[in-house]
Amino acid sequence: MKYLDEFRDADLVKIVLDKIHRVTKHPWVIMEICGGQTHSIMQNGIDQLLPPEIELVHGPGCPVCVTSLELVDKALAIASLPNVIMCSYGDMLRVPGSGKDLFSIRASGGQVKIVYSPLDAVKIAQANPDKEIVFFAVGFETTAPANLMSVIQAQSLGLKNFSVLVSQVTVPPAMHAILASSENRVQGFLAAGHVCSVMGYHEYLPIAAKYRIPIVVTGFEPLDILNGILMTVEQLEAGTFEVQNGYNRVVSKEGNLPAQALIKKVYMQCDRNWRGIGMIPMSGWCLRPEYVEFDAETRFSVENIKTKESEICIAGQILQGIKKPPQCPAFGTLCTPEAPLGATMVSSEGACAAYYRFARYEKEKS
Amino acid sequence: MTAEERPASIQGAVCPMPLRHYDKIVMGHGSGGRMTQDLITQCFAPYLSNPALDAGNDYATLSTNINGPLAVSTDAHIVSPLIFPGGDIGKLAVCGTVNDVAMSGAVPLGLTASFILEEGLSTQTLVEIVKSMAESALEAGVPIVAGDTKVVERGKADGLFISTAGIGHFPKIFAIGGAEAKPGDVVLISGTLGDHGIAVLTARGDLAFETQVKSDVAPLNHMIQQILAVAPHVHVLRDPTRGGLATTLNEIAEQSQVNITIDEKTIPVKPAVQTACEMLGFDPLYVANEGKLIVIVPENEADAALAIMKKNTYGIDACRIGRVIESPAGRVLLKTQIGATRVLDVMAGEILPRIC
Repeated sequence: MKYLDEFRDADLVKIVLDKIHRVTKHPWVIMEICGGQTHSIMQNGIDQLLPPEIELVHGPGCPVCVTSLELVDKALAIASLPNVIMCSYGDMLRVPGSGKDLFSIRASGGQVKIVYSPLDAVKIAQANPDKEIVFFAVGFETTAPANLMSVIQAQSLGLKNFSVLVSQVTVPPAMHAILASSENRVQGFLAAGHVCSVMGYHEYLPIAAKYRIPIVVTGFEPLDILNGILMTVEQLEAGTFEVQNGYNRVVSKEGNLPAQALIKKVYMQCDRNWRGIGMIPMSGWCLRPEYVEFDAETRFSVENIKTKESEICIAGQILQGIKKPPQCPAFGTLCTPEAPLGATMVSSEGACAAYYRFARYEKEKS
Repeated sequence: MTAEERPASIQGAVCPMPLRHYDKIVMGHGSGGRMTQDLITQCFAPYLSNPALDAGNDYATLSTNINGPLAVSTDAHIVSPLIFPGGDIGKLAVCGTVNDVAMSGAVPLGLTASFILEEGLSTQTLVEIVKSMAESALEAGVPIVAGDTKVVERGKADGLFISTAGIGHFPKIFAIGGAEAKPGDVVLISGTLGDHGIAVLTARGDLAFETQVKSDVAPLNHMIQQILAVAPHVHVLRDPTRGGLATTLNEIAEQSQVNITIDEKTIPVKPAVQTACEMLGFDPLYVANEGKLIVIVPENEADAALAIMKKNTYGIDACRIGRVIESPAGRVLLKTQIGATRVLDVMAGEILPRIC
């Protein structure tokens, strides 16, 4: 497949790997921001091929993982209401709330539909004028344009039965939070390629300068990831801390300007709770007041939500790169993809699920 | 003209004749009475005719002159949409059970089929599906010898459910089974993976893209007999249906308490299936197949088995994908295309499309 096969080519991979082995002289901790990158690293076994000096830790860039428990519980409560059809991306359905997930709401009679695009939810709203359609708009900057497009379309169609439950988060504040933590181990970042395809990478320049840390915009195929690692290690060994673009077939410095303009039009910055991590100031987006009629949180009064998180789960430490999944006492025993205690065990982008699916054998060997 | 002035309609004075030709299934078709008989004679009998079925008894008699054990299998079939590129629920029902029986090395003798019809199902659709069952049964050489229909109220089924059972006998006894894989064996696959799952998913029309992918649903009993003729010491035959290749190999590794290591580079996947999977965040190794066969065979018979598979219509893309080794027992490992090795796990629950 064009644009994929060449970035999975074993011979090219070997050339980059050899370079990484040659340039690596010191131990380095590098965080890949995005869950899609974590998935690719584990799926391809990239971590096994790196020099032992390089430790990859897995970042918070998994929307399923960081969507706050309060919002998951709110989604569950709204989905349980009669006359509501809750539309969601597929992998949100298994995310545990305080005791339930959207699958179990569906089994109890709630209407929950998997959509592949937010615009499908708008179509469902058009087709069901007597029902309330709610789209669970989760995600990072990557999904923001598509998510908000559903609001714009619903508005232009004059739909009164469509709303969105927004759980939109952004990467730079999370990087600040990780780097400012006293427990931080991260020395270099692989920035998330698709986030940067929307936002560009100029917003990482102040982070690299402030924390004196190299940041390399990185894609998702094995060659992309290895190239990102190589560029980061070269900087670390040379003592530089620049923002570099290792994914220039997709990402430009300024990003997708029309998409950014729409984001500014529909969303505004707000504080967000990150599951397992806590509140990060101004780390997300919510609807601007002029779009309040599309805000499911205002439309449905689902008060008295009491959240209850698993006491054993260490997802928060994993999402900040402080611990790795096998260090959790519940990993693979009390917590599995079939019965997840935390959201990181749910999505294929979640670090725990990726370790469980692809690297369990390593743990068993050791 | 006032109501009083209107002439009385003559039709109102006669007892209305019940309609005999329905274009949709109604509850009466499941009554067991005349309407059920009509349904059978119009929609089923003309296409599925064979001596055992035509005898019209509540049972079918099958004759075999072979002593020894019988192979029996049963399967329930649900699929949405009922008709999809490359097949339909009827073909799926016949091939599914024929294949399950054939995987034991048995020669299938006959099938039974029960139909749960939802009130409102188009009878034309039903006929099309029954015709397709007849074609598949003919191709497989396995008659449908007994059947039943029931009708449920609208909303209590999804158009049509079919439950089939099959029986087979063993002209020759083989030591074939999920627990028979041995270290040193070679793992063969009969062709490209994920075709059925992607064909059905795209046929639902939920996706913003279409594919030309057709379901691979096919009867594999003839190919299996051809394989066994040249490779009589085959250890495992299994079709990687729901859960895909990864889940099926895990079942075998667990049953046989061996390790199966497969090489990602050698696994055949059609470019269109790969593309659809990339877009949805699926892994083709977990996507369903309905006309593929995993053959686990000793090394000395592997080439013969592979050569004969490649000659069969349903095995043209057959290839070696891996090996059975001793440990770690119960595990499937994947040698990735970039040369690392990782666990290839069973599927957890439903495959869910990724957010981004």
